[in-house]
Amino acid sequence: MAGQISMETVWLILAAAVATFLTRIGGYVLITRMRTIPPRMEQALNAVPAAVLTTLVAPAFFNSGFDVKIAMLVALVASLKYPGLLMLGAGWAAAMICRHLLGF
Amino acid sequence: MNRSEFNEGLKGGLIIALSSAPFAVLFGAVAVDNGLSVAEAGLMSATVYAGASQLVGIELFGHHVAPWLIVLSVFAVNFRHILYSAALARLITHFTPVQKFFAFFLLTDPQFAESVRRAESSGRGIDFTWYAAFGAAVYFPWLFFSVVGAFFGRMMGDPQVLAIDVLLPIYFLGLVVGFRRKPGFYPVVAASALGSVLGYHFVGSPWHVSIGAAIGVVVAALLPLPKEPATVTAASDVES
Repeated sequence: MAGQISMETVWLILAAAVATFLTRIGGYVLITRMRTIPPRMEQALNAVPAAVLTTLVAPAFFNSGFDVKIAMLVALVASLKYPGLLMLGAGWAAAMICRHLLGF
Repeated sequence: MNRSEFNEGLKGGLIIALSSAPFAVLFGAVAVDNGLSVAEAGLMSATVYAGASQLVGIELFGHHVAPWLIVLSVFAVNFRHILYSAALARLITHFTPVQKFFAFFLLTDPQFAESVRRAESSGRGIDFTWYAAFGAAVYFPWLFFSVVGAFFGRMMGDPQVLAIDVLLPIYFLGLVVGFRRKPGFYPVVAASALGSVLGYHFVGSPWHVSIGAAIGVVVAALLPLPKEPATVTAASDVES
C-alpha cells in the first residue's frame, strides 16, 4: 500500500504542481514587463503582505470558539511587545489553559 | 556564502517548520485517508508545496471530482502567490535566473512575509543565502512531516488536546502585527478582514482568501498617495 503509485494520480499531482508554480512566478512575469510601476500600483503592492495574511487570520478568529479567540487576543497583545516565539508561546499557553483548566 | 545570513535563514525557517509541522502531519493523514499512497502524498508535498491548496486538492480527490476541477481549485487557492511574486520582484533583482527559479518555487506565505520584513529592516535587497536557507529549513521538514503523517496519521490523535491547531493562525497574526507601521495599514487590514469574513460566509473557503486579499489591495490602491515624494517608504529604499 505504502509504495503504490498510480500514474493517473502522479499526473494529477504534477499538474497541480505546475498550476501552483504558475501562481508563484506569474506576478513576477507581469510586473517585469512593465517599464515603470505607477505609484498607486506600488502602494497596492506594498499592502500585499498585510492584506493577504489578514485573510488567514480574521476568519480563523471569527469562526472559532472562545478558546481560540482568547488565545489570539493574548497573542495580539503579546505581539505588540515581544518577538515571534514568545508571542507564539503566550498564545499557545492561553489556548492550553482555556482547554484544560477552564474547559472552554 | 555568508555564514550569518545562512544561520539566520535556517533559524527563522525552523520556527516556521515547527509551527507548520502539525499541518504537514494533518495533510499526510488526510491524504492517505482519501486514497493516496504514502509515496503520492510525499510527491504532492515535494512538488506542490503549498499547504492549504494541498488539503483542498486532497479533499476534492477523495470526492472523486474531475481532475481538471481539482487542478483549477489548487490554482485558485494559490492565486494569492501572484501578488507575492509581483511584490517580491523588486527585492530579488540581483538573483540569477536559476536563483529566481528556486526563489519562486519556495515562495510560501511565511517565506514571502519574512522576506519583506527582512528587506525592510535591512534597507536593502534579500541575500540569496538567507532566502535559500530559510526555504530549505521549511521545505524539508514539510516533506518529512507529510510522510510521517501519511504513515502514522491515524495514531496521532486529536491535535486540539495539545493546542497545536492554534499555532498557525497565531503565527500569521504576529506577521500581520509586524506590518503595523506601514502606511495605510489599518484601512487595508480592516478591508481584508471584512472581505475575508464576508467571503467565508457567502462564498465559502478557500475563496475568502482571494476575495479578502483583493479587497485589501484595492483599498490600498485607492488610498491617497503620500504628498511629498521625499517620504521614503521602506520599499523604495530597497530599490536604490
